[in-house]
Amino acid sequence: MRYAMVIDTLKCVGCSDCVVACQTENDVPIGYCRDWITETVNGAYPSIELELKSERCNHCENAPCVRCCPTGASHQLNNGIVLVTGDECIGCGACIESCPYDARYQHPDGYVDKCTFCHHRLEKGQLPACVSVCPTKCMYFGDLDNPNSEVSELLKKRKYKTLAPEAGTKPHVYYLI
Amino acid sequence: MQEELFTSGRNIPNIDPSLQIWHWPISVYLFLGGLAAGLLFFAGLITVLGKDKQYPTSVKFASIVSPIALTLGLLALFYDLTHKLYFWRLYTTIRIESPMSWGAWVLLIITPISFLWVLSYYSELFPKWKLNYKWFINLEEFLQKNRKNMALVLIPLSVVLGIYTGILLSAFNARPLWNNAILGPLFLTSGLSTGAATIILLAKSAKERHLFSKIDLVLIIIELGLIVHMLMGMYAGSEVQLEAMQLLVGGEFTLMFFGFVIILGLIVPAIMETIEIMGFKVPVAVPAILILIGGLVFRFVMVEAGQITRYLY
Repeated sequence: MRYAMVIDTLKCVGCSDCVVACQTENDVPIGYCRDWITETVNGAYPSIELELKSERCNHCENAPCVRCCPTGASHQLNNGIVLVTGDECIGCGACIESCPYDARYQHPDGYVDKCTFCHHRLEKGQLPACVSVCPTKCMYFGDLDNPNSEVSELLKKRKYKTLAPEAGTKPHVYYLI
Repeated sequence: MQEELFTSGRNIPNIDPSLQIWHWPISVYLFLGGLAAGLLFFAGLITVLGKDKQYPTSVKFASIVSPIALTLGLLALFYDLTHKLYFWRLYTTIRIESPMSWGAWVLLIITPISFLWVLSYYSELFPKWKLNYKWFINLEEFLQKNRKNMALVLIPLSVVLGIYTGILLSAFNARPLWNNAILGPLFLTSGLSTGAATIILLAKSAKERHLFSKIDLVLIIIELGLIVHMLMGMYAGSEVQLEAMQLLVGGEFTLMFFGFVIILGLIVPAIMETIEIMGFKVPVAVPAILILIGGLVFRFVMVEAGQITRYLY
Protein backbone atom coordinates (compact mmCIF):
# COMPACT_ATOMS: atom_id res chain seq x y z
CA MET A 1 0.00 0.00 0.00
CA ARG A 2 1.49 3.34 -1.05
CA TYR A 3 -0.94 6.21 -1.35
CA ALA A 4 -0.21 8.83 -4.00
CA MET A 5 -2.01 11.70 -5.65
CA VAL A 6 -1.88 12.47 -9.37
CA ILE A 7 -2.93 15.92 -10.58
CA ASP A 8 -3.51 16.72 -14.23
CA THR A 9 -2.15 20.24 -14.80
CA LEU A 10 -3.75 20.27 -18.26
CA LYS A 11 -7.21 19.92 -16.73
CA CYS A 12 -6.82 22.14 -13.66
CA VAL A 13 -8.46 25.56 -14.03
CA GLY A 14 -7.29 26.93 -10.67
CA CYS A 15 -10.79 27.37 -9.23
CA SER A 16 -9.54 26.83 -5.62
CA ASP A 17 -12.42 24.44 -4.87
CA CYS A 18 -9.90 21.96 -3.44
CA VAL A 19 -8.58 24.65 -1.09
CA VAL A 20 -12.04 25.51 0.23
CA ALA A 21 -13.07 21.84 0.52
CA CYS A 22 -9.98 21.12 2.60
CA GLN A 23 -10.50 24.11 4.86
CA THR A 24 -14.11 23.05 5.46
CA GLU A 25 -13.42 19.35 5.91
CA ASN A 26 -10.44 19.77 8.24
CA ASP A 27 -11.52 22.87 10.20
CA VAL A 28 -8.44 24.72 9.00
CA PRO A 29 -8.22 28.03 10.93
CA ILE A 30 -8.93 31.21 9.00
CA GLY A 31 -5.85 32.57 7.25
CA TYR A 32 -4.23 29.13 6.97
CA CYS A 33 -4.39 26.44 4.31
CA ARG A 34 -3.23 22.86 3.84
CA ASP A 35 -3.41 23.07 0.04
CA TRP A 36 -3.11 25.96 -2.36
CA ILE A 37 -3.06 26.84 -6.07
CA THR A 38 -0.01 28.04 -7.97
CA GLU A 39 -0.01 29.72 -11.32
CA THR A 40 3.27 29.55 -13.23
CA VAL A 41 3.97 31.48 -16.40
CA ASN A 42 6.80 30.17 -18.55
CA GLY A 43 8.42 31.79 -21.58
CA ALA A 44 8.46 35.33 -23.02
CA TYR A 45 5.62 37.04 -24.85
CA PRO A 46 4.19 36.05 -27.33
CA SER A 47 5.06 32.40 -26.71
CA ILE A 48 4.04 31.92 -23.12
CA GLU A 49 2.70 28.93 -21.29
CA LEU A 50 0.53 28.91 -18.21
CA GLU A 51 0.51 26.07 -15.72
CA LEU A 52 -2.01 25.75 -12.92
CA LYS A 53 -1.66 23.26 -10.16
CA SER A 54 -2.97 22.41 -6.73
CA GLU A 55 -0.15 21.87 -4.23
CA ARG A 56 0.01 20.30 -0.77
CA CYS A 57 2.20 18.11 1.40
CA ASN A 58 3.93 15.62 -0.90
CA HIS A 59 3.93 12.78 1.64
CA CYS A 60 7.56 12.18 0.68
CA GLU A 61 9.09 8.74 0.82
CA ASN A 62 12.29 10.26 2.26
CA ALA A 63 10.49 12.77 4.47
CA PRO A 64 12.90 15.36 5.96
CA CYS A 65 10.20 16.51 8.42
CA VAL A 66 10.01 13.03 9.96
CA ARG A 67 13.79 12.82 10.13
CA CYS A 68 14.20 16.21 11.85
CA CYS A 69 11.36 15.85 14.37
CA PRO A 70 12.92 15.61 17.87
CA THR A 71 9.91 13.94 19.53
CA GLY A 72 8.54 11.62 16.86
CA ALA A 73 5.33 13.65 16.55
CA SER A 74 5.92 13.71 12.78
CA HIS A 75 5.69 10.15 11.62
CA GLN A 76 4.97 8.10 8.52
CA LEU A 77 2.35 5.37 8.28
CA ASN A 78 2.95 2.13 6.39
CA ASN A 79 0.78 3.47 3.58
CA GLY A 80 3.16 6.41 3.10
CA ILE A 81 1.02 9.10 4.73
CA VAL A 82 3.00 11.58 6.84
CA LEU A 83 1.09 12.71 9.94
CA VAL A 84 1.67 14.94 12.97
CA THR A 85 0.44 13.90 16.42
CA GLY A 86 -0.64 17.21 17.96
CA ASP A 87 -0.03 16.29 21.59
CA GLU A 88 3.48 15.00 20.90
CA CYS A 89 4.46 18.16 19.01
CA ILE A 90 6.42 20.79 20.96
CA GLY A 91 6.17 23.45 18.25
CA CYS A 92 9.92 23.76 17.73
CA GLY A 93 9.50 24.43 14.00
CA ALA A 94 12.23 22.00 12.85
CA CYS A 95 9.86 20.23 10.45
CA ILE A 96 8.73 23.54 8.93
CA GLU A 97 12.36 24.50 8.34
CA SER A 98 13.06 21.10 6.80
CA CYS A 99 10.18 21.07 4.28
CA PRO A 100 11.22 22.19 0.78
CA TYR A 101 7.54 22.73 -0.11
CA ASP A 102 6.61 24.92 2.87
CA ALA A 103 3.63 22.61 3.30
CA ARG A 104 3.47 22.87 7.09
CA TYR A 105 2.33 25.65 9.38
CA GLN A 106 2.02 26.34 13.08
CA HIS A 107 -1.63 25.97 14.10
CA PRO A 108 -2.82 28.89 16.30
CA ASP A 109 -3.11 26.30 19.11
CA GLY A 110 0.67 25.79 18.90
CA TYR A 111 1.22 22.40 17.27
CA VAL A 112 2.25 21.89 13.66
CA ASP A 113 -0.41 21.01 11.12
CA LYS A 114 -0.51 19.96 7.48
CA CYS A 115 -2.30 17.92 4.82
CA THR A 116 -3.14 14.39 5.98
CA PHE A 117 -4.39 13.09 2.59
CA CYS A 118 -7.70 13.15 4.55
CA HIS A 119 -6.59 10.08 6.46
CA HIS A 120 -9.89 10.06 8.42
CA ARG A 121 -11.91 9.88 5.18
CA LEU A 122 -9.71 7.14 3.67
CA GLU A 123 -10.47 4.96 6.69
CA LYS A 124 -14.16 5.20 5.80
CA GLY A 125 -13.44 4.33 2.17
CA GLN A 126 -13.91 7.90 0.97
CA LEU A 127 -11.57 9.98 -1.20
CA PRO A 128 -9.68 13.01 0.17
CA ALA A 129 -11.96 16.08 0.30
CA CYS A 130 -9.99 17.98 -2.36
CA VAL A 131 -10.16 15.07 -4.83
CA SER A 132 -13.84 14.46 -4.25
CA VAL A 133 -14.92 18.03 -5.01
CA CYS A 134 -12.69 18.84 -8.00
CA PRO A 135 -15.14 20.08 -10.69
CA THR A 136 -12.81 19.27 -13.61
CA LYS A 137 -11.87 15.86 -12.15
CA CYS A 138 -8.18 16.70 -12.54
CA MET A 139 -7.16 14.98 -9.31
CA TYR A 140 -6.70 11.25 -8.84
CA PHE A 141 -5.91 9.35 -5.69
CA GLY A 142 -4.95 5.73 -5.12
CA ASP A 143 -2.42 3.03 -4.37
CA LEU A 144 0.85 3.11 -6.32
CA ASP A 145 1.73 -0.44 -5.22
CA ASN A 146 -1.25 -1.73 -7.16
CA PRO A 147 -0.21 -1.72 -10.84
CA ASN A 148 -3.83 -1.63 -11.98
CA SER A 149 -4.95 1.35 -9.92
CA GLU A 150 -6.00 4.54 -11.67
CA VAL A 151 -2.93 6.44 -10.46
CA SER A 152 -0.52 3.70 -11.60
CA GLU A 153 -2.17 3.54 -15.01
CA LEU A 154 -1.96 7.33 -15.44
CA LEU A 155 1.73 7.41 -14.52
CA LYS A 156 2.38 4.62 -17.03
CA LYS A 157 0.61 6.41 -19.86
CA ARG A 158 1.30 10.11 -19.30
CA LYS A 159 4.32 12.36 -18.89
CA TYR A 160 4.64 13.61 -15.35
CA LYS A 161 6.85 15.55 -12.95
CA THR A 162 7.26 15.92 -9.23
CA LEU A 163 8.15 19.10 -7.34
CA ALA A 164 11.80 19.81 -6.49
CA PRO A 165 12.96 16.18 -6.97
CA GLU A 166 16.51 17.54 -6.58
CA ALA A 167 15.74 18.00 -2.87
CA GLY A 168 15.95 14.19 -2.60
CA THR A 169 12.60 13.83 -0.85
CA LYS A 170 10.95 11.41 -3.35
CA PRO A 171 7.60 13.25 -3.33
CA HIS A 172 4.36 11.33 -3.89
CA VAL A 173 2.19 13.99 -5.46
CA TYR A 174 2.62 13.66 -9.21
CA TYR A 175 1.77 16.31 -11.80
CA LEU A 176 0.77 15.24 -15.32
CA ILE A 177 2.18 17.62 -17.90
CA MET B 1 12.69 31.79 -20.43
CA GLN B 2 10.97 33.78 -17.77
CA GLU B 3 9.13 32.30 -14.91
CA GLU B 4 6.71 33.92 -12.59
CA LEU B 5 5.11 32.17 -9.72
CA PHE B 6 1.82 33.42 -8.43
CA THR B 7 0.32 31.69 -5.46
CA SER B 8 -3.31 32.03 -4.62
CA GLY B 9 -4.90 31.03 -1.35
CA ARG B 10 -1.67 31.39 0.60
CA ASN B 11 -0.71 34.02 3.10
CA ILE B 12 0.11 31.89 6.12
CA PRO B 13 1.54 33.71 9.15
CA ASN B 14 5.32 33.13 9.59
CA ILE B 15 5.47 31.02 6.40
CA ASP B 16 4.68 33.40 3.52
CA PRO B 17 6.37 35.09 1.75
CA SER B 18 9.46 33.66 3.45
CA LEU B 19 9.90 31.60 6.61
CA GLN B 20 10.06 33.38 9.94
CA ILE B 21 9.65 30.35 12.14
CA TRP B 22 12.85 30.81 14.09
CA HIS B 23 13.17 34.24 15.64
CA TRP B 24 15.83 36.04 17.68
CA PRO B 25 15.77 33.55 20.62
CA ILE B 26 17.22 30.84 18.36
CA SER B 27 20.11 33.08 17.27
CA VAL B 28 20.74 34.08 20.88
CA TYR B 29 20.64 30.43 21.98
CA LEU B 30 23.04 29.32 19.24
CA PHE B 31 25.45 32.01 20.44
CA LEU B 32 25.09 31.23 24.16
CA GLY B 33 25.28 27.47 23.55
CA GLY B 34 28.49 27.91 21.55
CA LEU B 35 29.92 30.23 24.21
CA ALA B 36 29.14 27.77 27.02
CA ALA B 37 30.58 24.92 24.95
CA GLY B 38 33.82 26.88 24.47
CA LEU B 39 34.13 27.79 28.16
CA LEU B 40 33.40 24.26 29.38
CA PHE B 41 35.79 22.77 26.84
CA PHE B 42 38.68 24.97 28.02
CA ALA B 43 37.81 24.42 31.71
CA GLY B 44 37.82 20.65 31.12
CA LEU B 45 40.98 20.66 29.03
CA ILE B 46 43.05 22.80 31.44
CA THR B 47 41.93 20.58 34.36
CA VAL B 48 42.76 17.31 32.58
CA LEU B 49 46.19 18.71 31.65
CA GLY B 50 46.72 19.52 35.34
CA LYS B 51 47.32 23.24 34.70
CA ASP B 52 44.38 24.50 36.77
CA LYS B 53 46.64 26.29 39.30
CA GLN B 54 48.44 28.22 36.55
CA TYR B 55 45.32 29.24 34.63
CA PRO B 56 42.67 29.95 37.29
CA THR B 57 40.39 32.10 35.11
CA SER B 58 39.62 29.39 32.58
CA VAL B 59 38.72 26.77 35.18
CA LYS B 60 37.29 28.99 37.91
CA PHE B 61 36.17 32.54 37.19
CA ALA B 62 35.07 32.15 33.57
CA SER B 63 33.19 28.96 34.39
CA ILE B 64 30.57 31.02 36.25
CA VAL B 65 29.50 32.29 32.84
CA SER B 66 28.68 28.86 31.38
CA PRO B 67 25.72 27.83 33.61
CA ILE B 68 24.29 31.35 33.23
CA ALA B 69 24.68 31.18 29.44
CA LEU B 70 23.13 27.70 29.29
CA THR B 71 20.19 28.70 31.50
CA LEU B 72 19.48 31.83 29.44
CA GLY B 73 19.90 29.82 26.24
CA LEU B 74 17.45 27.16 27.40
CA LEU B 75 14.94 29.84 28.40
CA ALA B 76 15.32 31.38 24.94
CA LEU B 77 14.73 27.98 23.31
CA PHE B 78 11.67 27.39 25.47
CA TYR B 79 10.35 30.87 24.63
CA ASP B 80 10.46 30.09 20.91
CA LEU B 81 8.43 26.86 21.21
CA THR B 82 4.80 27.31 20.18
CA HIS B 83 3.45 24.23 22.00
CA LYS B 84 5.33 24.95 25.24
CA LEU B 85 3.48 22.70 27.68
CA TYR B 86 4.52 19.64 25.69
CA PHE B 87 8.29 20.35 25.84
CA TRP B 88 8.77 17.25 28.03
CA ARG B 89 8.01 15.15 24.96
CA LEU B 90 11.66 15.76 24.03
CA TYR B 91 12.65 13.47 26.87
CA THR B 92 10.29 10.59 26.21
CA THR B 93 12.28 9.50 23.17
CA ILE B 94 15.73 9.54 21.59
CA ARG B 95 15.71 10.11 17.86
CA ILE B 96 19.16 9.51 16.43
CA GLU B 97 18.31 11.10 13.07
CA SER B 98 17.17 14.38 14.62
CA PRO B 99 20.03 16.69 15.70
CA MET B 100 17.55 18.58 17.89
CA SER B 101 16.80 15.39 19.83
CA TRP B 102 20.37 14.60 20.77
CA GLY B 103 21.03 18.29 21.33
CA ALA B 104 18.23 18.28 23.88
CA TRP B 105 19.72 15.24 25.62
CA VAL B 106 23.23 16.72 25.67
CA LEU B 107 21.82 19.91 27.21
CA LEU B 108 20.04 17.84 29.83
CA ILE B 109 23.39 16.34 30.91
CA ILE B 110 25.77 19.26 30.41
CA THR B 111 23.68 21.97 32.13
CA PRO B 112 23.67 20.31 35.60
CA ILE B 113 27.38 19.47 35.23
CA SER B 114 28.13 23.13 34.50
CA PHE B 115 26.35 24.06 37.77
CA LEU B 116 28.19 21.33 39.73
CA TRP B 117 31.47 22.55 38.26
CA VAL B 118 30.92 26.06 39.67
CA LEU B 119 29.76 24.51 42.96
CA SER B 120 33.05 22.59 43.25
CA TYR B 121 34.82 25.98 43.33
CA TYR B 122 32.21 27.61 45.59
CA SER B 123 34.40 28.39 48.61
CA GLU B 124 37.14 29.83 46.36
CA LEU B 125 34.75 31.85 44.23
CA PHE B 126 32.53 33.22 46.98
CA PRO B 127 34.70 33.26 50.13
CA LYS B 128 32.45 35.86 51.76
CA TRP B 129 29.24 33.83 51.45
CA LYS B 130 30.09 30.76 53.50
CA LEU B 131 27.55 27.97 53.61
CA ASN B 132 28.39 26.09 56.77
CA TYR B 133 25.96 23.24 56.31
CA LYS B 134 27.49 19.83 56.71
CA TRP B 135 25.84 18.36 53.64
CA PHE B 136 27.04 21.29 51.54
CA ILE B 137 30.65 20.94 52.69
CA ASN B 138 30.47 17.19 52.00
CA LEU B 139 29.02 17.84 48.54
CA GLU B 140 31.72 20.37 47.71
CA GLU B 141 34.44 17.97 48.86
CA PHE B 142 32.94 15.19 46.78
CA LEU B 143 32.78 17.45 43.71
CA GLN B 144 36.37 18.63 44.24
CA LYS B 145 37.59 15.04 44.32
CA ASN B 146 35.68 14.26 41.12
CA ARG B 147 36.68 17.40 39.25
CA LYS B 148 38.88 15.47 36.84
CA ASN B 149 36.06 13.00 36.14
CA MET B 150 33.71 15.89 35.43
CA ALA B 151 36.35 17.38 33.11
CA LEU B 152 36.62 14.07 31.22
CA VAL B 153 32.85 14.12 30.66
CA LEU B 154 32.78 17.83 29.81
CA ILE B 155 35.38 17.70 27.02
CA PRO B 156 33.47 15.37 24.65
CA LEU B 157 30.04 16.77 25.65
CA SER B 158 31.10 20.38 25.06
CA VAL B 159 32.43 19.45 21.61
CA VAL B 160 29.10 17.78 20.82
CA LEU B 161 27.22 20.83 22.11
CA GLY B 162 29.32 23.22 20.04
CA ILE B 163 29.11 21.20 16.85
CA TYR B 164 25.40 20.49 17.32
CA THR B 165 24.51 24.19 17.16
CA GLY B 166 25.79 24.09 13.57
CA ILE B 167 24.53 20.64 12.61
CA LEU B 168 21.08 21.67 13.82
CA LEU B 169 20.97 24.08 10.88
CA SER B 170 22.90 22.01 8.34
CA ALA B 171 20.47 19.08 8.68
CA PHE B 172 17.79 21.03 6.81
CA ASN B 173 18.34 20.35 3.14
CA ALA B 174 15.34 22.54 2.32
CA ARG B 175 17.37 25.65 3.31
CA PRO B 176 20.31 25.76 0.89
CA LEU B 177 22.32 28.29 2.91
CA TRP B 178 22.38 25.98 5.93
CA ASN B 179 22.70 22.74 4.04
CA ASN B 180 26.49 22.44 4.00
CA ALA B 181 28.66 20.11 6.04
CA ILE B 182 31.07 22.90 7.08
CA LEU B 183 28.51 24.58 9.33
CA GLY B 184 29.02 22.16 12.25
CA PRO B 185 32.82 22.65 12.53
CA LEU B 186 32.37 26.37 11.76
CA PHE B 187 29.95 26.91 14.65
CA LEU B 188 32.16 24.81 16.94
CA THR B 189 35.23 26.91 16.08
CA SER B 190 33.26 30.11 16.51
CA GLY B 191 31.94 28.88 19.88
CA LEU B 192 35.44 27.96 21.10
CA SER B 193 36.67 31.36 19.92
CA THR B 194 33.97 33.25 21.86
CA GLY B 195 34.79 31.07 24.89
CA ALA B 196 38.48 31.99 24.62
CA ALA B 197 37.50 35.67 24.22
CA THR B 198 35.51 35.54 27.47
CA ILE B 199 38.50 34.03 29.27
CA ILE B 200 40.75 36.81 27.85
CA LEU B 201 38.22 39.37 29.06
CA LEU B 202 38.18 37.97 32.61
CA ALA B 203 41.83 36.86 32.91
CA LYS B 204 43.80 38.43 35.72
CA SER B 205 47.34 37.39 34.76
CA ALA B 206 49.19 38.36 31.58
CA LYS B 207 50.35 34.74 31.24
CA GLU B 208 46.81 33.38 30.97
CA ARG B 209 45.77 36.25 28.70
CA HIS B 210 48.65 35.52 26.33
CA LEU B 211 47.93 31.79 26.22
CA PHE B 212 44.29 32.35 25.33
CA SER B 213 45.17 35.14 22.87
CA LYS B 214 47.34 32.59 21.05
CA ILE B 215 44.60 29.94 21.16
CA ASP B 216 42.05 32.48 19.96
CA LEU B 217 44.32 33.60 17.12
CA VAL B 218 44.59 30.01 15.86
CA LEU B 219 40.81 29.57 16.17
CA ILE B 220 40.16 32.79 14.22
CA ILE B 221 42.45 31.64 11.40
CA ILE B 222 40.65 28.25 11.30
CA GLU B 223 37.28 30.01 11.33
CA LEU B 224 38.25 32.30 8.44
CA GLY B 225 39.41 29.25 6.52
CA LEU B 226 36.12 27.46 7.17
CA ILE B 227 34.12 30.52 6.05
CA VAL B 228 36.11 30.63 2.79
CA HIS B 229 35.43 26.89 2.42
CA MET B 230 31.71 27.42 2.99
CA LEU B 231 31.49 30.18 0.37
CA MET B 232 33.60 28.17 -2.11
CA GLY B 233 31.38 25.15 -1.62
CA MET B 234 28.26 27.17 -2.31
CA TYR B 235 29.93 28.94 -5.26
CA ALA B 236 30.53 25.53 -6.83
CA GLY B 237 27.08 24.27 -5.84
CA SER B 238 23.68 24.06 -7.45
CA GLU B 239 21.54 27.04 -8.42
CA VAL B 240 19.77 27.23 -5.06
CA GLN B 241 23.14 27.33 -3.26
CA LEU B 242 24.42 30.04 -5.60
CA GLU B 243 21.35 32.10 -4.77
CA ALA B 244 21.87 31.43 -1.06
CA MET B 245 25.49 32.57 -1.29
CA GLN B 246 24.43 35.79 -3.00
CA LEU B 247 22.62 36.83 0.18
CA LEU B 248 26.01 36.91 1.91
CA VAL B 249 28.11 38.08 -1.03
CA GLY B 250 26.49 41.05 -2.73
CA GLY B 251 23.05 40.68 -1.16
CA GLU B 252 21.11 42.10 1.74
CA PHE B 253 23.29 40.46 4.42
CA THR B 254 26.65 41.48 2.91
CA LEU B 255 27.29 44.45 5.19
CA MET B 256 26.40 42.48 8.31
CA PHE B 257 28.39 39.43 7.23
CA PHE B 258 31.56 41.06 5.89
CA GLY B 259 31.47 44.19 8.04
CA PHE B 260 30.51 42.87 11.45
CA VAL B 261 31.40 39.17 11.28
CA ILE B 262 34.50 38.94 9.11
CA ILE B 263 36.20 42.35 9.45
CA LEU B 264 35.17 43.61 12.91
CA GLY B 265 34.51 40.18 14.41
CA LEU B 266 37.54 38.24 13.12
CA ILE B 267 40.21 40.20 11.23
CA VAL B 268 40.46 43.29 13.48
CA PRO B 269 40.61 41.23 16.74
CA ALA B 270 43.18 38.91 15.13
CA ILE B 271 45.42 41.89 14.30
CA MET B 272 44.98 43.36 17.80
CA GLU B 273 45.74 40.02 19.46
CA THR B 274 48.86 39.60 17.32
CA ILE B 275 50.06 43.05 18.42
CA GLU B 276 49.35 42.11 22.05
CA ILE B 277 51.23 38.81 21.80
CA MET B 278 54.21 40.68 20.27
CA GLY B 279 54.41 42.52 23.59
CA PHE B 280 52.78 45.87 22.81
CA LYS B 281 50.16 47.20 25.17
CA VAL B 282 46.67 46.75 23.77
CA PRO B 283 43.40 47.04 25.70
CA VAL B 284 42.50 43.34 25.44
CA ALA B 285 38.86 44.01 26.21
CA VAL B 286 38.46 45.52 22.72
CA PRO B 287 39.31 42.43 20.62
CA ALA B 288 37.50 40.16 23.10
CA ILE B 289 34.28 42.18 22.93
CA LEU B 290 34.56 42.46 19.13
CA ILE B 291 34.80 38.66 18.89
CA LEU B 292 31.74 38.21 21.11
CA ILE B 293 29.70 40.71 19.08
CA GLY B 294 30.92 39.14 15.84
CA GLY B 295 29.87 35.69 17.06
CA LEU B 296 26.40 36.92 17.97
CA VAL B 297 25.93 38.75 14.65
CA PHE B 298 27.13 35.63 12.80
CA ARG B 299 24.30 33.57 14.37
CA PHE B 300 21.73 36.23 13.54
CA VAL B 301 22.91 36.44 9.92
CA MET B 302 22.88 32.66 9.44
CA VAL B 303 19.48 32.09 11.07
CA GLU B 304 17.73 34.96 9.27
CA ALA B 305 19.39 34.59 5.86
CA GLY B 306 18.94 30.81 5.93
CA GLN B 307 15.19 31.08 6.30
CA ILE B 308 14.97 33.21 3.15
CA THR B 309 16.68 30.58 1.02
CA ARG B 310 14.60 27.76 -0.42
CA TYR B 311 14.09 25.44 -3.35
CA LEU B 312 12.40 26.93 -6.37
CA TYR B 313 10.12 24.82 -8.48
